[in-house]
Amino acid sequence: MTMQAASTEIASRTAAIIDEMKGLEGPLLPILHSIQEEFGHVPKDALPVIADGLNLSRAEVHGVVSFYHDFRAKPAGRHVLKLCQAEACQSMGSEAVAAKVKQLLGIDFHETARDGSVTLEPVYCLGLCACSPSAMLDGEVIGRLDDEKIEEIVAEVRS
Amino acid sequence: MIPRIYVPADSGALALGAEKVAKAIEKELKERGVEAKIVRNGSRGAYFLEPMVEVATAEGRVAYGPVKPSDVKSLFDSGFLKGGHHKRWLGSPDKIPFFAKQTRLTFARCGIIDPLSLDSYKSHGGLNGLQNAVAMAPADIVKQVTESGLRGRGGAGFPTGIKWKTVLDTAGEQKYIVCNADEGDSATFADRMIMEGDPFVLIEGMAIAGIATGATKGFVYIRSEYPHAVATMNKAVAIARKAGVLGVNVLGSPNAFDMEIRVGAGAYVCGEETSLLNSLEGKRGVVRAKPPLPAIQGLFGKPTVINNVISLASVPVIMDKGAAYYKDFGMGRSRGTIPIQIAGNVKHGGLFETAFGLTLGEIVDDIGGGTSTGRPVKAVQVGGPLGAYFPRALFDTPFDYEEFAKRDGLIGHAGITVFDDTADMLKQARFAMEFCAIESCGKCTPCRIGSTRGVEVLDKVAAGIEAEKNLALVTDLCNTMKFGSLCALGGFTPYPVMSSITHFPEDFKPAPARVAAE
Repeated sequence: MTMQAASTEIASRTAAIIDEMKGLEGPLLPILHSIQEEFGHVPKDALPVIADGLNLSRAEVHGVVSFYHDFRAKPAGRHVLKLCQAEACQSMGSEAVAAKVKQLLGIDFHETARDGSVTLEPVYCLGLCACSPSAMLDGEVIGRLDDEKIEEIVAEVRS
Repeated sequence: MIPRIYVPADSGALALGAEKVAKAIEKELKERGVEAKIVRNGSRGAYFLEPMVEVATAEGRVAYGPVKPSDVKSLFDSGFLKGGHHKRWLGSPDKIPFFAKQTRLTFARCGIIDPLSLDSYKSHGGLNGLQNAVAMAPADIVKQVTESGLRGRGGAGFPTGIKWKTVLDTAGEQKYIVCNADEGDSATFADRMIMEGDPFVLIEGMAIAGIATGATKGFVYIRSEYPHAVATMNKAVAIARKAGVLGVNVLGSPNAFDMEIRVGAGAYVCGEETSLLNSLEGKRGVVRAKPPLPAIQGLFGKPTVINNVISLASVPVIMDKGAAYYKDFGMGRSRGTIPIQIAGNVKHGGLFETAFGLTLGEIVDDIGGGTSTGRPVKAVQVGGPLGAYFPRALFDTPFDYEEFAKRDGLIGHAGITVFDDTADMLKQARFAMEFCAIESCGKCTPCRIGSTRGVEVLDKVAAGIEAEKNLALVTDLCNTMKFGSLCALGGFTPYPVMSSITHFPEDFKPAPARVAAE
């Protein structure tokens, strides 16, 4: 697909999402979530379409997208692994867990493995504070991480 | 009657393998040709026993836990469908000390009923409060909530009834009820548990709030880190709408109330009420200056009640059993019950709902059972990332809004994180500043810049560079942040920092001295 064709494709799929949701009160966040679900990230080419559709300036839309940690500017790896680094997990050694995972995957937080297998992110609380340290792999929650569970996770994202 | 087996679908239970246990039970039933219904309930909140499987027997429910998938075969062999003995047998859940010691008003049904069965909800007292409310004048509902003494459970502790009265007394064609379910504080999971385990109680509380204040539309703003809560709430709202609990005629009355579930996008600061309102409107989650109060100019500039999940979920029991019943629990100006969330390095972690007034020591040592590592407790952070660290010396502090304030702390959303003696309090103080820097919305200078400077100065202390001078600087900086920030993020970050410095000075000594001390 040429660049231009890709951009037209993004614009038309974005426009369809906007059409469906613009009747909501305060539609921008629901629209951005839908776009990220559709494309795996919020493509740059979608922003002017949103601005037009909601009668906002491009700067306003960019301001919102960039404010929130959830919205990605580029696609994530095939798996997304989030490790909780908040206090309750700290008290149970989340820092050591993170160090081990980083070492096994060969990437740091906010990075994607070169083979595109996994993106690693810190998260500040999954509400699993009585089963720390915790993690979320592709939306699935995992508690009481230990060496065995870490190795299982790493094997799964590598497979 | 076919046997019923309860396997929690609460996120905490899932994180500990409940899904695999449910699948194993299903498989075993099939292989043995036994008929039974698997109910996916919420969690009762004892995470040290999760996944806790229960069976309904003629003598009541019998619990087993923590159950591993590999236990399932032997559970069947032991006749667990009739409550038979097994190494995971716990007996009647009501008699397990962790549950027996609680007073469950808000969480009365959580972990017991099928979260998505309205019939199950009703048969356990659900909708009684709303039923009473539709027959009352709005001012009388507000009066009852005010008299109950209920205060905002999100952390600020502002009287719920007074907030509602302001919205009732403010004229407006459209008013809103906004539920703050952006439970971002570490150590807290009460909102998540109730949304996953008893979603109708929140819906009922919001409908009552709507009728009491003249608001016809509600929003629940749930953080994106809670996908299971979002899914359950969406299903529950659809069920409630179909059953006429929500809609143009709430329970057949002339009152209209409907609601939507909205999902946050990973910004901690959106737990602050004005920032949440901006986010709902589709803007950057930047804090608004007050006044105007949200009660007067809130969502889209309209009069808005914005309450935490637990505040709203506590309203149905008040409207059902009366203000006096609720008010009867508690101490001083902290009335009713509080779901304390015991987390971190603790043996018996989980949700413990009780009347205000237990001491911190009773909560950590007696109920929590001390640390899970078996080492001595060094510090306890109460109230999430913006709460103070308490040393053992302050374990006699009763769990009460004012008592904690007197000791330069806060109860916040009632989360407690236990740390053992390996904790480095300088590191914890630095993290508080770092977290504030990551999550600051950027609107006010003390928070935006103060937090980054705080990290730098604490790094100097850690490196032993003019420690005394730099600690004085941190203290001064905390003072500026506390009094100069617009909201609790910048304003309360000094609590964990200053409490660490005050109560654990040995951790802030220059590096060589610290090594020598160890």
